Amino acid sequence: MAQFDLNDDSVAVIIGSGAGGGTMAHELTRRGIKVVLLEAGGRLTPADFSQDPGAAFGQLTWLDPRTQSGTWDAAKTSPNMPAWHCKTLGGTTVHWTAATPRLQRYEMEARSTYGDVPGTSLVDWPIDHSELKRWYVLAEKRMGVTRRHGMPGMPACNNFKVMYAGARKIGYKRVHTNYLAINTKARDGRGGCIQQGFCSQGCKTAAKWSTLYTEIPRAEATGHLDLRTRSFATRIEHDVAGRANAVIYRDSQGNEQRQKARLVCVAGNAIETARLLLLSDSARFPKGLANGSDQVGRNYCHHLTSFIWGVFDQPVYAWRGATLAGVVEDENIHNPTRGFVGGYHLELVALDLPTLPLVGMPYGWGRGFTDLIDNYRNLAGMLINGEDMPQANNRITLSSTGKDANGLPVAHIHCDDHPNDIALRNHARQQGTKMYEAIGARQVVTSPGSVATHQMGTARMSKDPSQGVTNPYGRSHEVPNLFMSDGSVLSTPGAANPTLTIVSLALRQAEHITKEMAAGRV
Amino acid sequence: MSVEHVVSFDRRSFMKVATGVITGVIAATSPLAALVPSRAWAVDLGALTDAQGAALLAMIRTIAPHDALDSAAYALVVAALDKDAAASAAVKSDLLTGITTLGVGFAQSPESARIAQLKAIESSAFFQGVRVKTLLVLYNNPIAFAHFGYEGEAFSKGGYLFRGFNDLKWLPEVPLADSGPMPV
Ligand SMILES: Cc1cc2nc3c(=O)[nH]c(=O)nc-3n(C[C@H](O)[C@H](O)[C@H](O)COP(=O)(O)OP(=O)(O)OC[C@H]3O[C@@H](n4cnc5c(N)ncnc54)[C@H](O)[C@@H]3O)c2cc1C
Ligand code: SF4
Repeated sequence: MAQFDLNDDSVAVIIGSGAGGGTMAHELTRRGIKVVLLEAGGRLTPADFSQDPGAAFGQLTWLDPRTQSGTWDAAKTSPNMPAWHCKTLGGTTVHWTAATPRLQRYEMEARSTYGDVPGTSLVDWPIDHSELKRWYVLAEKRMGVTRRHGMPGMPACNNFKVMYAGARKIGYKRVHTNYLAINTKARDGRGGCIQQGFCSQGCKTAAKWSTLYTEIPRAEATGHLDLRTRSFATRIEHDVAGRANAVIYRDSQGNEQRQKARLVCVAGNAIETARLLLLSDSARFPKGLANGSDQVGRNYCHHLTSFIWGVFDQPVYAWRGATLAGVVEDENIHNPTRGFVGGYHLELVALDLPTLPLVGMPYGWGRGFTDLIDNYRNLAGMLINGEDMPQANNRITLSSTGKDANGLPVAHIHCDDHPNDIALRNHARQQGTKMYEAIGARQVVTSPGSVATHQMGTARMSKDPSQGVTNPYGRSHEVPNLFMSDGSVLSTPGAANPTLTIVSLALRQAEHITKEMAAGRV
Repeated sequence: MSVEHVVSFDRRSFMKVATGVITGVIAATSPLAALVPSRAWAVDLGALTDAQGAALLAMIRTIAPHDALDSAAYALVVAALDKDAAASAAVKSDLLTGITTLGVGFAQSPESARIAQLKAIESSAFFQGVRVKTLLVLYNNPIAFAHFGYEGEAFSKGGYLFRGFNDLKWLPEVPLADSGPMPV
């Protein structure tokens, strides 16, 4: 592995090693660009992943405190941890369940398609759908996505058989075992899925794509990567011309370091990316770096969720098999006669026994609560993933009360449900309930929205610099050598789980950076 | 809390500071008989008395009633709360104050009365603390896994690929076009 000097100002510094940052590190280094990759978490291998759900959670999760407010369900269901992502090398691609749908054209043209929805800050993406599609293909080939480019689909698990039967019964047509960045056959030096269903605990077979064992080792092999784990970036500095020129961080010993940089890519997961920009205020950028538009942290989106559990007379054993191996796509359309704009996916889901009562069920206690758990063997499950409306005041700010171990203010998340959000989620709950009832469910239970796992929009790409933070390449409108390379740049969330889009945009951004460097423009 | 906290009643060595104990007997026919060291089991308490432990046990059973789930699983939750109390005087004092509000007859009163009593204190930190601890501990131990039929991690056994991930027979099979082949 390379080691670059702290005073080497020719390196690109990438902050965060997840879907966006890990991909970016590989893309730049394979083109010969020197990269210092700062990752707050440590390095684990699949052999280290605990198979105790509680311990696995502690091993991988970002547990620094956060504060929050607003009317969204997570304020009630998960007050101390409203958002869930990882702090470990590979970021949340260690935890994720690997569903990789694409955004639809109408979703990328949200403002034009949905019109003026009061209370929202909808925009159109500054990139055309056909342009992004080109990068989707490259990303899918890179990650190895089922049902695409020759990778076989997942065989149907028990839980999916239930979803499929219910969906067909009520007339849905686009129902299959999902697009998943999971090997169904050995490929790319990794084996095939063994259907053990511990995708969120870290995949011990490495069948599931994660930057931890794909992009990052490849970046290391180029000889151009200086990887620094347990290194927490606390501030990005700039020169008199307003260009980013160094990153301050705490190293693994807790000492403060200053790494000079030619350019900086921030990929800390949308919440931490916004926080870092806000922490990097200066006389020139009094509201935070790259925040002249006052859009940093705003338009936070997280996808609308709710678990739907069907209780059947016969066993399902839903926990056996890859967690998200099923989807109903029929409602991923724009059809305002349903009473809302945007659409949603119904995704297959199962939760292990310890996790079910913690995140998957409505608040309660007593017999009404335990009934569902008594039927654990006979439960089939799905999860709504719906498009939420960007709102200017759904935003990340610096907490006035919470501090992290370095004494820095933690992120405060404020999020209110928009009426459209409520209408969409209710529709999805009704449809999911109909599906299970149509094939004889004894009972159907839906949960409130739980902890947010998809963080998006806090440094969104916009054509008009006053409406966002970054240009169509995820490059700051104001600081020409500062890039956002993670979920923060998504202009609107659509109903697609975000990671495929994050990876596609990172591939595209890397090509852009390379060209701009060659042309001497960055 | 793991099942090791449930020890054989006969062979347990009283903790030096043990203040109380919860005991039980597992039915000979129970699948748990194989999981615990002896059918007669005990959980030693370091901060709580027998009566306090019994009151908490009744409270936990009211919060999460599973009639056929062995008391040994519930005792693990009491043990977890007891451990927290033994580690911090402030936690202990809050817990004891909470238990006092339940009153002396709580453990013996019928379920309907216990529910009514707990409803009245539902918003208290005491109730919510016990509820959350119950969710964290009651379903994450081998006794609960066996009872609810959850098979847990499968990596060590080669996953569920050849161990029933698709063995459901009461619904039609999914056409290949919408799923995928079994790996060869
Ligand atoms: C349980 C779960 C299941 C999911 N399933 C899916 C799914 O099926 N499909 C899908 O598309 N998405 C899924 N997601 C979401 C997906 O994981 C994220 O969208 C994706 O990983 C985000 O990529 P990112 O690059 O923005 O951030 P991350 O992958 O979270 O990476 C950010 C990294 O930056 C590091 N970091 C942050 N701040 C700093 C700092 N200041 N200094 C140094 N390092 C820092 C963090 O430690 C972390 O490692 C899931 C998420 C969860 C929690
Ligand atoms: S189900 Fe497949 S992808 Fe998920 S953890 Fe198991 S082997 Fe990995």
